[in-house]
Amino acid sequence: MSAGVDVRRGAIAADQDSIHQIAPGKIAIWWFLASEIMVFGALIGVYVLFSFAHGGFAAEGEHVQWRLGAFNTLVLVTSSLTMIMALASARKRNLQQTRMFLLATVLLGFVFLGVKGFEYTTEIREGFTPATGIFWSFYFGMTGLHGLHVIGGIAVNLVLLVAALSSKPWDLLERRIEFAGLYWHFVDVVWIFLFPLLYLT
Amino acid sequence: MNTVNATHDGHPTGFLRRYVFSIDHKVIAKQYMTLSALMAIIGGGSSYLIRWQLAWPESSIPGWGPIGPDNYNALITLHGTIMVFFVAMPFLLGAFGNYLIPLMVGADDMAFPRLNAMSFWTLFLASTVLVISFFVPGGPAAAGWTSYVPLADKPVYTGVDWGQNLWILAVALEFASFLMGGVNFLVTGLNLRTRGMTLMRLPMLVWMEMTAAVVFLLSVGPLVAGAIMLLLDRVAGTSFFQPERGGDPLLWEHLFWFFGHPEVYVVALPGFGIMLEVIPVFTRKPLFGYAMIVYSTIAAGLLSFIVWAHHMFVSGMDPRLASPFSITTIMISVPFAIITFAMIASLWRGAINLASPMLFALGGLATFLIGGVTGIFLGSAASDIYMHGTYFVVAHFHYTLFPVLFFGGFAGIYFWFPKMFGRMMNEALAKVHFWISFLAFNGVFIPLFLVGLGGSPRRIYELSSYEIFKPLQPLHVVATVSAIALLVGQLPFIVNFFYSMVRGEKAEKNPWHANTLEWTVDSPPTHPNFPTPPRVYRDPYEYSVPGAAADWIAQDAIDERGIQAAGV
Repeated sequence: MSAGVDVRRGAIAADQDSIHQIAPGKIAIWWFLASEIMVFGALIGVYVLFSFAHGGFAAEGEHVQWRLGAFNTLVLVTSSLTMIMALASARKRNLQQTRMFLLATVLLGFVFLGVKGFEYTTEIREGFTPATGIFWSFYFGMTGLHGLHVIGGIAVNLVLLVAALSSKPWDLLERRIEFAGLYWHFVDVVWIFLFPLLYLT
Repeated sequence: MNTVNATHDGHPTGFLRRYVFSIDHKVIAKQYMTLSALMAIIGGGSSYLIRWQLAWPESSIPGWGPIGPDNYNALITLHGTIMVFFVAMPFLLGAFGNYLIPLMVGADDMAFPRLNAMSFWTLFLASTVLVISFFVPGGPAAAGWTSYVPLADKPVYTGVDWGQNLWILAVALEFASFLMGGVNFLVTGLNLRTRGMTLMRLPMLVWMEMTAAVVFLLSVGPLVAGAIMLLLDRVAGTSFFQPERGGDPLLWEHLFWFFGHPEVYVVALPGFGIMLEVIPVFTRKPLFGYAMIVYSTIAAGLLSFIVWAHHMFVSGMDPRLASPFSITTIMISVPFAIITFAMIASLWRGAINLASPMLFALGGLATFLIGGVTGIFLGSAASDIYMHGTYFVVAHFHYTLFPVLFFGGFAGIYFWFPKMFGRMMNEALAKVHFWISFLAFNGVFIPLFLVGLGGSPRRIYELSSYEIFKPLQPLHVVATVSAIALLVGQLPFIVNFFYSMVRGEKAEKNPWHANTLEWTVDSPPTHPNFPTPPRVYRDPYEYSVPGAAADWIAQDAIDERGIQAAGV
């Protein structure tokens, strides 16, 4: 990839008659997030409708462990903060800090998964499985899908961390941290919806 | 800093890198075309079996054997699933979108070439999963392409267990493939347009592909959610769709059709795009109403999200939803009417040349009109109550899907074959292909309108045990004979396609004297597409401009005399 506008590629330069050029990766990640919003939006919307029909799931809601859920919310929000700090460090070209904040984000992600795993285990031991009823179908389904997205985000952040451990071109790394950050914030926002809906009924 | 993702530096070497795992959009497009052709053989083959069974229910089908009710249900499921998800989408979006978008906007490749390759191979994996499902115990999915619950929710109802699970997985992978592809189309269309290519100078096909990409991206989410819920119900014991355990079967229909309706426009719009490219070239006059078509396309895309429950008028949903959804459905006919009227107006006083691409485009237009008009009866709740679930619906959607996929698709093949393969196809064989197909297609589906109006329900493997439908049986025979003719009528095309690829007359850069940028490069294009990047000065449909040197002016021509900047 050459520096400067690569005319051979037929790309539009910023001063030409076209839209103001936004990095293609950024447009791509936003469209990807738009479709993901539709996935979780549908699940959440459907859950809300079912919740009205079932009196807010008050009885089932007694058995979710809201303190662990609240702790997990704190964990994820903090991990979003560390992700932002990683981007800020990358923008300042501070390799040491970038690595540190990426590592923190990854570790917090693992903490989230660990707590979730503990919750699932205790719930299943008490006899609440996905087959227990409609509330539990939603609980396991939605937090499970969210958890898969957390795993994906951790994987991406690990790849970035490895990239930051060896020397990588800063432009590329900074951009990728920005895009991964957008995804990670999305995962966080989904949880911020799931937590009150599932835990605070 | 060039923020466009790096495309291939230099030419890849080795057979695998050049022809199998290529990241070149033209190779990937041909891969999509090949995959959709292979899946079309299976999809078309299933339609042969279905039609034979319906015409002669007690017989053993030549080349296959007898069909029981379970096999029939699997056949109609696979026919629908394969044709929509594994033929129409790969062919209209994967093949034509990938091949033409970079060329038409003046770029050397898509914005994300490696993502492009991954999208194809994901679809390949999806197709493999689907084919594997044919051979698992219990057989393939048999709950319809719409996979309604509770039929699809519990293996005990269909006798199909792993087949249905694999179906869900295959469709989910197909969604992932087109999500990747859709993102690529959008970013390429927005960011990689060459200098001078403003949005309102884009060829119509690019507008259509981009709109289709947006509609797909935003509509597929709820069905992904639904598919996960269905899979969980089947393997994890959840009860999303089981009313006896707190779930709701109607939920599936809402989630499916919220996607399912925009999906049919995702398929239809690129087909229109092809027709809109072909018509001006073969009338030698500008496309009528370019801006109106663009706005109608966007309006149709938006409206497509609020019509879905017209598939559910008799589902038992709240009857108060019937009126609003009927109204929105009638509304959406307006932008499509505008688009089809613009096509017709584009013909007015044109120097119409009935070459094979034009025949197919016009054939598509004519048959789509019938499809669109019959949609009105189905979109209106009062008449839909009678016709839902009958053959009228089957005929309607074949009169919309088939025109865009088959007639539009073949218009595209005959039109762009010279560009793709550097040779001309045989025109006589092409015309034979068209006329047999056109007549046979109508021969299949006009009778089915009548069968449907006679009250005959669809998805029933044989109707001979119902006295009231006996008078309709001759119509089924006519439809089946026509269907066989339709299948046989593809032979001239197959012969033509492969023969022309090696022995066709060599094609020049611009055999049709068309304006859009793909006709300014070699046939087939060099690598990179544009050795010097083009600069666009004009709209895409400037044909027969008074005072011009020729009846066409390329988009990158500098002045009205048609002198091209980059050489002939």
